[in-house]
Amino acid sequence: MTTCQCGDLEENKEKYLAPLKEILENYDQKEEDLIPVLQDAQEEYGYLPKVVLREIADSLDIFFSDVYGVTTFYSQFHLEPRGENVIKVCLGTACHVRGGARILERLQDELGIADGETTEDLKFTLESVACIGACGLAPVMMINDDTHGLLTPGEVPKILDQYNQG
Amino acid sequence: MKSLVELKELKEKVQIDLEKTEKKILVCGGTGCVSSGCKEVQEALSSELAANDLEDEYKIVETGCHGFCEKGPLVIVYPEEVFYCKVSPEDTKELVEEQLLKEEVVEKLLYQDPVSKESISSYRDIAFYSAQQQTALANCGHIDPEDIEEYIATGGYEALGKAVTEMEAQEVIDEVKEAGLRGRGGGGFPTGLKWQFTRDAENDTKYIICNADEGDPGAFMDRSILEGDPHKVLEGMIIAGYAIGADKGYIYVRAEYPLAVKRLKKAISQARERGLLGENLFGTDFDFDLHIKAGAGAFVCGEETALIASIEGKRGMPQSRPPYPSQEGLWGKPTNVNNVETYSNISTIITNGADEFSSVGTEDSKGTKVFALAGKINNTGLVEVPMGITMKEIIYDIGGGIPNDKEFKAVQIGGPSGGCLPEEKLDLPIDYDSLTDAGAMMGSGGLVVMDEGTCMVDIARFFLDFTVSESCGKCTPCSEGTQRMLEILERITQGKGKEEDLDELENLGKTITDTSLCGLGKTASNPVLSTLNYFRDEYEAHVNDRTCPAGACKPLIEYHVTDDCSGCTKCVDECPADVISGEKKEKHAIDRTECTKCGVCIDVCPFDAIIKK
Repeated sequence: MTTCQCGDLEENKEKYLAPLKEILENYDQKEEDLIPVLQDAQEEYGYLPKVVLREIADSLDIFFSDVYGVTTFYSQFHLEPRGENVIKVCLGTACHVRGGARILERLQDELGIADGETTEDLKFTLESVACIGACGLAPVMMINDDTHGLLTPGEVPKILDQYNQG
Repeated sequence: MKSLVELKELKEKVQIDLEKTEKKILVCGGTGCVSSGCKEVQEALSSELAANDLEDEYKIVETGCHGFCEKGPLVIVYPEEVFYCKVSPEDTKELVEEQLLKEEVVEKLLYQDPVSKESISSYRDIAFYSAQQQTALANCGHIDPEDIEEYIATGGYEALGKAVTEMEAQEVIDEVKEAGLRGRGGGGFPTGLKWQFTRDAENDTKYIICNADEGDPGAFMDRSILEGDPHKVLEGMIIAGYAIGADKGYIYVRAEYPLAVKRLKKAISQARERGLLGENLFGTDFDFDLHIKAGAGAFVCGEETALIASIEGKRGMPQSRPPYPSQEGLWGKPTNVNNVETYSNISTIITNGADEFSSVGTEDSKGTKVFALAGKINNTGLVEVPMGITMKEIIYDIGGGIPNDKEFKAVQIGGPSGGCLPEEKLDLPIDYDSLTDAGAMMGSGGLVVMDEGTCMVDIARFFLDFTVSESCGKCTPCSEGTQRMLEILERITQGKGKEEDLDELENLGKTITDTSLCGLGKTASNPVLSTLNYFRDEYEAHVNDRTCPAGACKPLIEYHVTDDCSGCTKCVDECPADVISGEKKEKHAIDRTECTKCGVCIDVCPFDAIIKK
């Protein structure tokens, strides 16, 4: 039987939080460091589990509720695990007038999830974003670091296939 | 850097070095071109150079954004200055063999004028560039942004040297005031005055902040400046620090701009190495250092008090003003906040003087402004033009007009805070005040062009949807009011609008404008009020006739197959909902009860035989 790897169990906690402790050492651990610490922690863990937020609150000597408040205020932070591939569909103005919503709809149909959700197999997370600054190529989506521009809904399944393999 | 003389000596030395490598190939590395594959082009070029033993003769330089994103990846060959667009890795062999070895231009990769169909080899002759006048963007696309020496070779940091060694701090502020520079981030507040308030505030500690939290959808000028010429922004900030008496500055940049963050970090460390940041700049007792703070994705943080809260590590919620940041800002200390483009204009003002700067522009809006052209327009990209130019010149002369023979309908300016202007406003000279009078706003300078296929009610709904999700929730008029407006707009676009809805929208909009706490709420109604003002008939069509004249609002349209259908079965094969039936060479039919109106059939039909009505 596989054992739980997350930090919820006391015996795993220390090991689980070791990378976070290393991150915290790079900072003076003042309140102003909260956002950069959360950013680094999310980079490390992929998302921000409760045990990580608690540890950050203790180290920076801020209330847990304040840490939670900041985490939920900014759209960059996620409290749930994210998919292996993160799809960001641009719905900025330029993409909107060139049919960005049609791309999102097709992605939702293909993946069977709504905007902001992750597929059950943790393969894809789908989110809409306001502008990625590649308006010349509208409509655009980004999958991880790859930009796919001048899209039509018909191209969506083919593009997803590239990420579904392997 | 100990003195201005030392800087000028370094400049001369670098200029001589750069002349030795006169032969170079500039590859645009702006975000637009990266998306179109410039990295692969760059790699292919360097292997072609190697294959032809040219790698010592030609230097490949990855520049920042050159502006013409639509035509990327862009490649410019020096010293001939031949401008190639839409270059693919496969083209590089021909490019190297023809252009570099035989010195013959590769015709097929040149820009073709859409009207005259002539091929143009120098970018200076292309209308998109020739009608521009560049200050903030002057170096973007021409220098290597990761090499401080290239910036110094253009005269970079001389304005800083001049300011700290030859001018009193008050003289610097007077120069900026006299130049008439106004904030380029949206509000248009006079920059010199802002500096004066912060200088006059009594406190030993003061801060400089650069607002690089560019959040307006459709605006990407700050990103391009940071990516293409980061030192110019730093220089502007250091001069501001000297003028107001601050020794520390922060650049608050969107985390969504990783390339800009990387280049800023590099620029800061290079400036520190050269003694252009740190202690005793130019041998004076002026110290200044800069730090980067990455934003975490909240549009409201573009508002200065919210931005300050975010730097302090808090939720980015705005505060009521006064006190203004110039009196009580970051950690309660006097703080000067300007945006990226504003700082980019400072060195030019100090070097060339206020008179030259203010000779461009209109009575109350001086200098040039960068606009991001996007939407239904032929030439998308970044353009910098003198204030006072008309919208028509930007859209038609520089932007090349509307593609696919469609009719112009509106131009949206100023993002979610701005408004939509109709055709009759195209002759309006663009400056801060005329745009505000017309119900729009300069904003950060995003220009999104819309054609007959764009529904103005849907656009208003789109912007409100954005505002609702970005409203921070602190004040009721914005958090509740925009929500109610969105509900009404959703109702209208679904064909369930009521007659009284239009008046209700106007009432709500005006109240939200009057009573919201910060700029986000105060301007949130602009997209609705401006479209109601200029395109009321479209709202009325939705409400009274239950139709969407632009054919954009799904619940109000149906797809129909016309007699032009040749029965090619393309749409039958492609329809994701499998609702189109028909045999080869027979007119097809759509089962409208199951049709999701996704539009794929229209995309694939070679005969334009599917219409929305």
